[in-house]
Formats: sequence, structure tokens, C-alpha cells
Amino acid sequence: MDGFRPNSYSGKLIIVEGIDGSGKSTQLSLLSQWLRSKRLVVSFSEWNSSSIVRGTTRQGKRKQMFTPTTFSLIHATDFADRLERHILPMLEAGAVVCADRYAFTAFARDVARGVRPQWVRNLYRMAIKPDLAFYFRVPLNVALDRILGGRAALKYYEAGMDLNLSSDIKESFALFQERILHEYDSMAEEMGFHVIDATGTIKEQQRQVRKIVMNTIGDALEKDILRQPKSERRA
Amino acid sequence: MSNDNLKPLDFYADPLPNVDLAELQGKLFVIEGPDSVGRTTQVERLRAWLEANGHAVVDTGMTRSTLTKEGLQEAKNGHTLGPLTMGLFYMADFADRLERVVVPALRAGFVVLTDRYFYSVVARSVARHQDSEWLERVAGCALVPHATFYLRASVDEIVARTARGRRYFDYWESGMDVPYGSNRYESFRGYQSRLVEILDSLSERYGFTVIDANRPPDKIFVDLRQRIAALLEI
Repeated sequence: MDGFRPNSYSGKLIIVEGIDGSGKSTQLSLLSQWLRSKRLVVSFSEWNSSSIVRGTTRQGKRKQMFTPTTFSLIHATDFADRLERHILPMLEAGAVVCADRYAFTAFARDVARGVRPQWVRNLYRMAIKPDLAFYFRVPLNVALDRILGGRAALKYYEAGMDLNLSSDIKESFALFQERILHEYDSMAEEMGFHVIDATGTIKEQQRQVRKIVMNTIGDALEKDILRQPKSERRA
Repeated sequence: MSNDNLKPLDFYADPLPNVDLAELQGKLFVIEGPDSVGRTTQVERLRAWLEANGHAVVDTGMTRSTLTKEGLQEAKNGHTLGPLTMGLFYMADFADRLERVVVPALRAGFVVLTDRYFYSVVARSVARHQDSEWLERVAGCALVPHATFYLRASVDEIVARTARGRRYFDYWESGMDVPYGSNRYESFRGYQSRLVEILDSLSERYGFTVIDANRPPDKIFVDLRQRIAALLEI
């Protein structure tokens, strides 16, 4: 049981989840381009992006002040601000809201940090239940190759260095991601994730995503969603 | 401090990670109450008195967390803080102080005096029409204090003290974001009355010790001192 509030608005909420390097952001971006090409109004919300919480998060990370509990609470505060300021009003206005990461990120990551599962699930009871939740599942070694190969240095909390799993940052990152992957896998069925095999080609994954969107909320997209007028159509 | 009447500490519901209750030898006292009832003054006086009696004291209070202090102030200045966000931001402040100030002090055997606890966070949220049970479960990671002294004053008294002391009615303390009236004074009265109602109901549920705060500060202090002296067997 997720305990979320049902979406009673005319808008639709689509979210993507997966560990770092699963390719979920790329897929969500392609999906939104496709929806926009149908003149649907699409709005994006990214994890950890609230402007009023940003300074606190930055300070906590830079000075390594977070405990598992405050890390969880600050991210929930960030989420609440985006929910109140952006996600809820846009759903009410009839838009498609696409969220890159949602409460499940906290369920996986904060629990991997040692926070109690029932506590963090209650914390996000204020969230709206997504109409569609995609989980991009990728084996650990594939994700690690993608992340460690092509990106700047790992950061302290993203590598789970606060958990003292290893003094080597890459090894810590791998162990932490393994825990998160395990949490995602164990909640996938309960949360009703549409699981996408994220080892497939980008094109093949996107084909599956669009098919699932049409099969599940296709009718609503036709009838209920706010559209751009024809003259303002963007290809 | 070993010969007092106080039970060992426990969590309300969800134990904090990395805290061993058996290590917490100190005592935890909460001073609760609405705005302008003189909580801060009482904490200062209690601290001086306890220290004179040989008890090491740490005090803390709402919004003093080094993690959230600046961010919360900035958000409040912008007047764009929604009720859900506010409740959680205050909970983050609370948890940061609980884990990094209160727990270490209790481990070291200190008497901890806290100017407000999560009850005030819940009260402010409920006054903004939020789900009380939800936020109380978030606060399930809090320690059950040894005693909570609720400085209860009438709304007339709160209004008079605010006008005499601070000499203006703060935007948030007036609940202007809800609001509770068509102007600042009306909203302050309405919001503060609602807070007292909510604290009264929390008082029953959590077993606060009610202290009549309509009296002069000296009388309130003597009352608090007597009660704490009995608990600590001073």
C-alpha cells in the first residue's frame, strides 16, 4: 500500500524511477516531446529542484550535516514545495505532469540509508498517486559503467559515503546503488510499476513506453488534457 | 541525577537510526506554548537555576537548527511557503536539533530544556487545515519528553503581551497566509485563538502539565521551578 492521495484532477501524472544511469531521464524527455507534438500541455518536475529548499540542501551537502532522517525530511520538504507550487495546480489545470523521480526515490534511497520503511512511506502520504509509474530496470554493472565512465567525480551523499560502506568512493557508490536497486525491485509489484528493461536500445524502450501510455491513459489524453491552440503548434 | 523519579526515555513510534536508548542518561523537559507567553525568558531562568544546582544544561528552540535556519528564514521572508512545505521544513529543523543537539546532550547526561517541541509544528500545520495525524506520525521519530510544561495564556493576554513587547504583529504569527481575518489584528487574534484550541487538544492527548501563563513571569517561574525540582529531586 502506497497510501497516496488519488488523482482526482483532469490532468495526468506520469513519473519515472530507476537507479542512476538507468536512462530514465532520456526516456521521459522523449516521451514529453512526443506528447507535446500532439499539442498536449506538458509540465516537468524534477527531483530536488525547489528553489526555496535549494540553499538548505546545498549547505547540508557541502558541510556534510545530514543524518539519514534530516536527508529524508529535507527532500520531502523539497517535494512538498514542488507539489504545492507546481504539480497540484498543473494537474488541476488539466496538464500532463512528467516527474523525473517521485516519492519512490525516497522509499528506495532513504530506506537504503537506514530510515524505517513505514516512516518514510507515511512521510509521502501527501503525494498524489501517479497515473503511470515507469521503472527503468538495469543491472548494477551496466548502470555503473554508464555513470563511472562518462561523468564528473561522484559526490559524497550520492555515493552513500555517510553510510561508511567503504572508504573508496567508487566502491561505496556501487554498494549503495546495489542497496537502492534491491529496494526498487522489492517494491515494483506493490507500487504497480511498469517495468522497462533498460538494457534495450533507447528507441525500443521508448516504443514500449509510448505503447503503455496509449494503452493506459490514451483515452484521457484524447479527451481530458489541456491542449495548445493549433496556431501555436510546436513540432 | 540518579535518584530522580523519571522513567528511561523512549521514542513515540519510530526509533531514530543510530540511537541506543540505553545510552541516554539525561533528562528532557519541554516548554510549550503560543507566541509571546514568555517561554524564552523562562528557559533562561530555569537554566541559570539548574546550573546553580549543579545540573549541566543544554537548551534549544524552534528554528535554531544550523541546517535549516537560513533557508527557513529566507522562505518566510518571501511569503511563499505553502502549508505542507512549512510543516516539513519545521520538522527538518526539529529533527536536526533532535539528532545533533538533544541526543548528544542526553548521552552526556545533561538536562535538556527545549523551547517548543514538535507539538508547535503540528499546531501550526493544523491551524493551516493540514492533516494532523500525518504530521504526528512524521514526528514519531521524536523522544517522549520527561515532562512538557504548557504555558497557557488567554488570547487577550497574548495580544496584550505582543503589543507591549514586540510592538507589531508578525505576518506568520498572525496566520496571514491562511488568513484568519480581513486585517492583521483580526487575523492575529483569530489565528492565536485557534492555536490555543489546538494546543489544548494536544495537551490532553500528550499529557502536558498546564501552567497558567496569565500570571506575572516571576509567579510562572516559581511554579515551573517547583515542578522540575520535584521531578529531579533537587
